[in-house]
Amino acid sequence: MSGSQDHAQGHHAQGHHGESHATDHDAHEAPHGSLRGYVTGFVLSVILTAIPFWLVMADVLGNSTLTALVIMGFAAVQIVVHMIYFLHMNGRAEGGWSMMALIFTIIIVVIALSGSLWVMYHLNANMMPDMHRM
Amino acid sequence: MTSYPDWWKLVFGRFTLEALPLHEPILVVTFIVVALGGIALLALVTWLKAWGYLWHEWFTSVDHKKIGIMYMILGVVMLLRGFADALMMRGQQAIAFAGSDGYLPPHHYDQIFTAHGVIMIFFVAMPFVTGLMNFVVPLQIGARDVSFPFLNNFSFWMTVGGAVLVMTSLFVGEFARTGWLAYPPLSGAAYSPGVGVDYYLWGLQVAGIGTTLSGVNLVATIVKMRAPGMDLMKMPVFTWTALCTNILIVATFPILAATLALLALDRYVGMNFFTNDLGGNPMMYVNLIWIWGHPEVYILILPAFGIYSEVASTFCGKRLFGYGSMVYATVVITILSYLVWLHHFFTMGSGASVNSFFGITTMIISIPTGAKIFNWLFTMYRGRIRFELPMMWLVAFMLTFVIGGMTGVMLAVPPADFVLHNSLFLVAHFHNVIIGGVVFGVFAGIAYWFPKAFGFKLDPFWGHLSFWFWVVGFYVAFMPLYVLGLMGVTRRLNRFEDPSLQIWFVVAAIGAVLILLGILCFLVQIAVSIMRREQLRDTTGDPWDGRTLEWSTSSPPPDYNFAFTPVIHDHDSWADMKKRGYQRPLTGFRPIHMPRNTGAGVIIAGFATLCGFALIWYIWWLAALSFVAAVASVIIHSFNYDRDFHISADTVLREEDARSDLLGRA
Repeated sequence: MSGSQDHAQGHHAQGHHGESHATDHDAHEAPHGSLRGYVTGFVLSVILTAIPFWLVMADVLGNSTLTALVIMGFAAVQIVVHMIYFLHMNGRAEGGWSMMALIFTIIIVVIALSGSLWVMYHLNANMMPDMHRM
Repeated sequence: MTSYPDWWKLVFGRFTLEALPLHEPILVVTFIVVALGGIALLALVTWLKAWGYLWHEWFTSVDHKKIGIMYMILGVVMLLRGFADALMMRGQQAIAFAGSDGYLPPHHYDQIFTAHGVIMIFFVAMPFVTGLMNFVVPLQIGARDVSFPFLNNFSFWMTVGGAVLVMTSLFVGEFARTGWLAYPPLSGAAYSPGVGVDYYLWGLQVAGIGTTLSGVNLVATIVKMRAPGMDLMKMPVFTWTALCTNILIVATFPILAATLALLALDRYVGMNFFTNDLGGNPMMYVNLIWIWGHPEVYILILPAFGIYSEVASTFCGKRLFGYGSMVYATVVITILSYLVWLHHFFTMGSGASVNSFFGITTMIISIPTGAKIFNWLFTMYRGRIRFELPMMWLVAFMLTFVIGGMTGVMLAVPPADFVLHNSLFLVAHFHNVIIGGVVFGVFAGIAYWFPKAFGFKLDPFWGHLSFWFWVVGFYVAFMPLYVLGLMGVTRRLNRFEDPSLQIWFVVAAIGAVLILLGILCFLVQIAVSIMRREQLRDTTGDPWDGRTLEWSTSSPPPDYNFAFTPVIHDHDSWADMKKRGYQRPLTGFRPIHMPRNTGAGVIIAGFATLCGFALIWYIWWLAALSFVAAVASVIIHSFNYDRDFHISADTVLREEDARSDLLGRA
């Protein structure tokens, strides 16, 4: 598939016709990671994975709800680490499209999650009153 | 029920000979007809020695134009199946009165209404829409192909694989009896133990992979491969709607895949996500499936809006009125489509605040949609309108869709929805917007771009006949359902007690027959057009005096689409080029780098489909084997470095000279 992409970019390279690519979308190559970047990302990922394990295995916080929330916090940070060090995302990658896509994704995920929580909370309260007593 | 030895279970899973529906005469006759037709088709292809041609030129093709055409053929074939289901339902409901059971037992009838919905949405509307986008978008943005040509071929064959699984259920086993979204707990293992729901799950998973990947592909194509000078606000409106639709696909189809996967876990390994007990909650399934399901209807309608926009400006001979507002309306609809899903289950028991929120967001969507209607009307105002076939579909769409939109706003009012929910009023509403919006748009698109794809126009006489049968048939078939729905008749009923309702169902059945005539006229139109292709020939490449880039190429376009990448200065770029006296370049061609055809898409999708079939029947060894084979094929294909070639400058020169000859004759 990557070969096909090369081919795709090949098209523009042959642009002729007076103007060569006035608004070339492919001008800046996506940044490729360095060894340093990958190692940093790897170490951060390991740390961010090990701490939640430790929290659960050693029962450090003594409260399962609190533990779950803390783990979710670590998971969110982990996502950011992956995006920066492994997916090489920043505000300029792909001419800003990566950032646009990220913002759009966050909006959609927030809508889907918060909406579902809201809707399901209502449904649970209205339609399953006995569940809580069981 | 004969008992089967242990080895049988090991080899064939839960497949038994009783699973073949030999006891259902309707299915046996259908099977014989299908088998004879299939054998005749295979024999014809063999007799014409066309296998090699089909394989090398079509099945393995990575050319977006050919893949687009194959999507359209898939859509037409599945339309015939889905419409056969519709006719059977209308027939059943027209006669099952006053003690008569009709001719379809509930067991069979329930499969038919499920299959009708699934096929019409996933295997008719989606292939049509994807096919048109595939064919048109690269041409409109001045590209030579999509970003990932092989992935495109693979996506198509995955869609075919899903369709094959659904069709297989007709003759091997049974299909789901749950309605097209397979709500649990009915679709759970406890209440649907058979293979029906599993056919549904794996058919949609296989096709869904194809749809998601094709969404990724087209987004990348539109974002990265536009011709120089074509910034976002110079893109043709159809390309804009395609961009928004594919963003919707990429964002929502994973939700569908996850939801169906959870249901599969419930059914296959005894988990309890959506069961009634052990902490499961079926309402969560309904919530999740509609987070996908509502954007899905915009996935279908947005490209249709794009087609209407192209048709309006072309056949009114002027720029689209309010291009900017059209684009913003499209984007607003894209975002809002995520905020309305609950209106599909107002009655499930959310409180007043939730229902009001989603009722209001739903009504808000009608504002950008209404703005679009005015844009098309104002485009027509003082235009030099040519009432060619695509323009007629546009006018029929505007009249019909406004009715569907207004009944939609009625349904968006939660108290009204408590009365109308699950009634035939709802059925009439969504057929009104899907037929009046998507299907009319697809026919407009086919009539509009057919000469671009094949080099000759469609025969207008049979086209007009098809148009009138479709439009009149639609009103005759669905207006009675509005009436019945307001009288309280619910959907999916197998028989009725109240004889005073019968007349409405008879009228609706007559409408269905009129639509059948419309479909037949469409098929005759294609056949007649092929026979009369010399009279209908388009030598100019621009038969409608078009305004966007696809009309600057020959009809059909050469494999490479554009000998030189065009440079864009305005939207309606081809109209702009014509106005400024554009001259085709005749010399100085260079070799063109192209992707090579590959059979990998057919092979991988074939294994995936086989894997789905094996999972449906619990044939575990085959499932494992075909899954490994599919993954291995992907890996082997990734080592295939022979994936491109160059079209030599001489070949390009020959093609372009041939075009000059044609233009000279015109």
